[in-house]
Amino acid sequence: MSVSTAIPPGSMPSHHPDEALLLDYAAGALGEAESLAVATHLALCPDCRHEVADLESVGGAMLEEIEPAPLSGDSRAAVMARLDEAPPATPRRRPVPVAPGVAGLPLPEPLRSYLGETGPSWRRIMAGVAEHQILAGPDGYRAVLLRIEPEIAMPVHTHRDREHTLVLAGGFTDAFGHFLRGDFSSTDPSVTHQPVADPGEPCICLAITTAPLRLTGRWARFLNPFLR
Amino acid sequence: MGGSSDTSRAGGPASGLEARSLDDLVVDVALRRDRQAFARLFDHFAPRLKAYLARSGADQATAEEVVQDVMLTLWRRADQFDRAQASAGTWIYTIARNRRIDLLRRERRPEIDPSDPLLTPTPDPAADDALMAGEREQRLRAALGQLPREQADLLRMAFFDDKPHSAIAAETRLPLGTVKSRLRLAMVRLRKVLRDNP
Ligand SMILES: [Zn+2]
Repeated sequence: MSVSTAIPPGSMPSHHPDEALLLDYAAGALGEAESLAVATHLALCPDCRHEVADLESVGGAMLEEIEPAPLSGDSRAAVMARLDEAPPATPRRRPVPVAPGVAGLPLPEPLRSYLGETGPSWRRIMAGVAEHQILAGPDGYRAVLLRIEPEIAMPVHTHRDREHTLVLAGGFTDAFGHFLRGDFSSTDPSVTHQPVADPGEPCICLAITTAPLRLTGRWARFLNPFLR
Repeated sequence: MGGSSDTSRAGGPASGLEARSLDDLVVDVALRRDRQAFARLFDHFAPRLKAYLARSGADQATAEEVVQDVMLTLWRRADQFDRAQASAGTWIYTIARNRRIDLLRRERRPEIDPSDPLLTPTPDPAADDALMAGEREQRLRAALGQLPREQADLLRMAFFDDKPHSAIAAETRLPLGTVKSRLRLAMVRLRKVLRDNP
């Protein structure tokens, strides 16, 4: 029997980025890859959007309280003299159409623009798992799309740093629960986990990882070279 | 952009301006391209923005350059300011934060597109709007002043120093769990002020 995990419109995620990650995002302290995962979750989660708006208000209120630093004398005049300048021509990026998305899956912004109109080019990294790299940031974080075939268990792995997974289609289950579209999962070095994709359709997620997966267990030595 | 001048305002330049809030001044810039209002906003925000940018690692010259850039952005995008959504201070904070990432860190900042048809809608948008953003900020500032010092200090590091929780923990030599829980406690108080009706 095939299980459909189609999400009714308007349904809300039940797993969210932790408060610390939302604060770091609102304060602008995260690198681009982690920010991409948080922002794409925000598109799917009104509750976290509300929380980030509150955090930004705190940033605004704190700006009022900061000890002001005087500017050099002619700074204001210099700006006033430029008010009539034509604004710099910002190349208007053509918006990426909502359809067809990745394999028929519509993706919200900002992820949609990162993938562009050509979509992912999948590269097999192990049996039943393919990835498409979106970006590799200078902070060592990579953003990749992962496609995990139904009922495939990812190898048991641990992490060198915290890592994040945002489900875009299908779902997976691990020790922390069941994750569907919009759900956000973070793991840290203390965690060894083994996500298993739901039956029925492939699980597609945005994964933010630091380095190639470090496997544990008997296949580790054998598999590691392929997970670059 | 209409270039209508200030001459239509009766009663001389300074009268009335004194009483206008920062939010009002941004609206004056948006509706009338009001240079005097802009000058007032510059005097208020530019030194604060410079302090913010200096704390997050910019040298003096770069900080001033980014301040000028942010203030020009305010002039050009004033019509996008929505006082029901955010106070002037919050709006300018987000512009400065994004310019900092763009110019100092040379990275893009991924953000939602509010007009994206795939954005999951807010179930009850009216619930947020019980107070105007400007009023909320007043209450927030009062609450900030009453936070325990250990929480306020960490909050300043989080917002101004371009440091994620992990870097704050390393710098303060506090366990990451302690940093997280202090910031969480601070936000519990502030969120209550922001979300509870008076
Ligand atoms: Zn959420």
